[in-house]
Amino acid sequence: MPVEQTQLLYRHRDVPGINRLDTYVAHCGYEQFRKAITMEPDAIIEEVKVSGLRGRGGAGFPTHIKWNAFPKNRDVEHYFIVNADEGEPGTAKDRDLMNALPHLLVEGCLCSMVAVRAAKCYIYIRGEYVEPWKSVQKAINEAYAAGFLGKNVLGSGLDFDIYTHLGAGAYECGEESALMSSLMGERGMPRLKPPAAPLPMISGVWKRPSVVNNVETAATIPAILELGGAKYSEIGVGSPRSRGTKLFSISGHVNKPGIYEIVLGTPFSEVLEIAGGVRDGHKLKTYIPGGSSMGFAPPTPLDYPFDYEGIPQNTQTLGLGSGGLMIFDETTDVFKVTHRLVDFYHHESCGKCTPCREGLDWLSKIYGRIASGGGREQDIDLIWDICDSIRGKSFCALGEGAIWPVMTSLRLFRHEYLSYIHHGRNTYSDAGQLGA
Amino acid sequence: MAKFTDDTKRRLDALIARYPTSKAALLPALWVAQEVYGGWLPPEAMQEVADHLGVPASDVAGVATFYTMYNKRPVANHRIEICQNVACMVNGADELIGYCERKLGIHAGEMTSDGGFSVERVECLGACCHAPALMVGSTYYENATEQTIDKLIAELGNMPSESVRPPQSQMPEQGEF
Repeated sequence: MPVEQTQLLYRHRDVPGINRLDTYVAHCGYEQFRKAITMEPDAIIEEVKVSGLRGRGGAGFPTHIKWNAFPKNRDVEHYFIVNADEGEPGTAKDRDLMNALPHLLVEGCLCSMVAVRAAKCYIYIRGEYVEPWKSVQKAINEAYAAGFLGKNVLGSGLDFDIYTHLGAGAYECGEESALMSSLMGERGMPRLKPPAAPLPMISGVWKRPSVVNNVETAATIPAILELGGAKYSEIGVGSPRSRGTKLFSISGHVNKPGIYEIVLGTPFSEVLEIAGGVRDGHKLKTYIPGGSSMGFAPPTPLDYPFDYEGIPQNTQTLGLGSGGLMIFDETTDVFKVTHRLVDFYHHESCGKCTPCREGLDWLSKIYGRIASGGGREQDIDLIWDICDSIRGKSFCALGEGAIWPVMTSLRLFRHEYLSYIHHGRNTYSDAGQLGA
Repeated sequence: MAKFTDDTKRRLDALIARYPTSKAALLPALWVAQEVYGGWLPPEAMQEVADHLGVPASDVAGVATFYTMYNKRPVANHRIEICQNVACMVNGADELIGYCERKLGIHAGEMTSDGGFSVERVECLGACCHAPALMVGSTYYENATEQTIDKLIAELGNMPSESVRPPQSQMPEQGEF
């Protein structure tokens, strides 16, 4: 029997006008914030801890650990920062959430701000997302007018302000410390992390306690408060460490690409069915489970729990990531797809550290050479060697993420590389039919 | 020649008020400057931003050149930006870019001789589930086809520029703060 797909975030996704305050409130909107504001901050963090919520942006770090590291007073200003710099290829969930449910995000931010004792929140939205930005800003303005934001909110004596901040086209700014640099008006380059530097929860933006959470993580908080942490933690059919639901953007060669809220641990074959299965008349060749940095997965096994633990255990990829599931059928030229990704990471490398900056430059050149028919057999060893020089040695996760699609595609589709090297083309895919 | 009007400066001051430091307003200020200067940032624009925010001009230049959406050269009136990343690629983005190039008689990255159109390859637009996707100005066109391109070029030819992006003047004012 298929897993029952509980809808928490997307429950009211298709209600007409749910992006407006009146409709949102009519569907019990802001009730969880009204509850949160009467709660002790630590009680909210405890609920989040019990719920087992892990960051929905990609790293899957337990949210409560971040929040608990905050100073337990309001002596200095705390900042709650929302990462809406969604740029991971294959990921489109935050855009949809901000377009369709901006008030859910605002309410999530408010509940989170109570928990971490922050009076100010910045929502960092990527530069291309003008529509979501307008949608969120409009919701913020409505929330000010309704008294959910501003001074002495709901008579609590607490002030809450939320600002939007528009990025300007840099994938790297999705990295937590680079995002904070960018928010402070600097180039979006990553900074030293603990233990070499203090936690952002102690000294983050403007050297004050700060935390960066993904849009979806913040938007999940009202559901956790509504159900209670214990009840939320009962949702999920896979690993005991993967609880609740997650938004997946399913794209590529499927019949019904789209954004779906899926219970964590649902078998991968069912996830595929939810998106209508591989497009008619074709079969699965490979897929990327959670955004391009996770790497390529083999077409088998299909029946494993699709969650934080199940994916790396069963597919040799990095894991669930941001939930950007890309499906590729047998017409796909995996070498060409990898080449495209290498060029993407090469373009987006911020240039701070040598392994990533130089390594990706070399990789891009080698892939270009193989694609143009000038490849040599030793190029494959050279690619491995460069990956080895980047792996674990780059300053932030961009370099690490860049080489996973390279290593996994080489492991699974070495013959396609050799085909390019020996024949100047990919004899394993009918590239002429791409997009057919 | 300085182009910032009193209204521009009022908008910049409202942005600065959102942050603890004036430097933090640099990214939004550059967006405003790009709009005032017609879609790109000549050195004078960066200098005006530096002067108003009180940050070194070198910092402004460093930031402006780091981010791809700040244009360092004049841009076409209508920029057709087509996503070339994987989800769009396997759904025919390369073919769409080729079609657009042939139709306009230019290569990706170039603009037509009258400055009316340009076609550009861009990275993931976050529209993977409706691929292939493209963007003109700040508007997305998803599940794009050759007909989408035909229609856009025919309709936009006589329309005012959409290259100024994002339209900061359309930004809703923040409530009380």
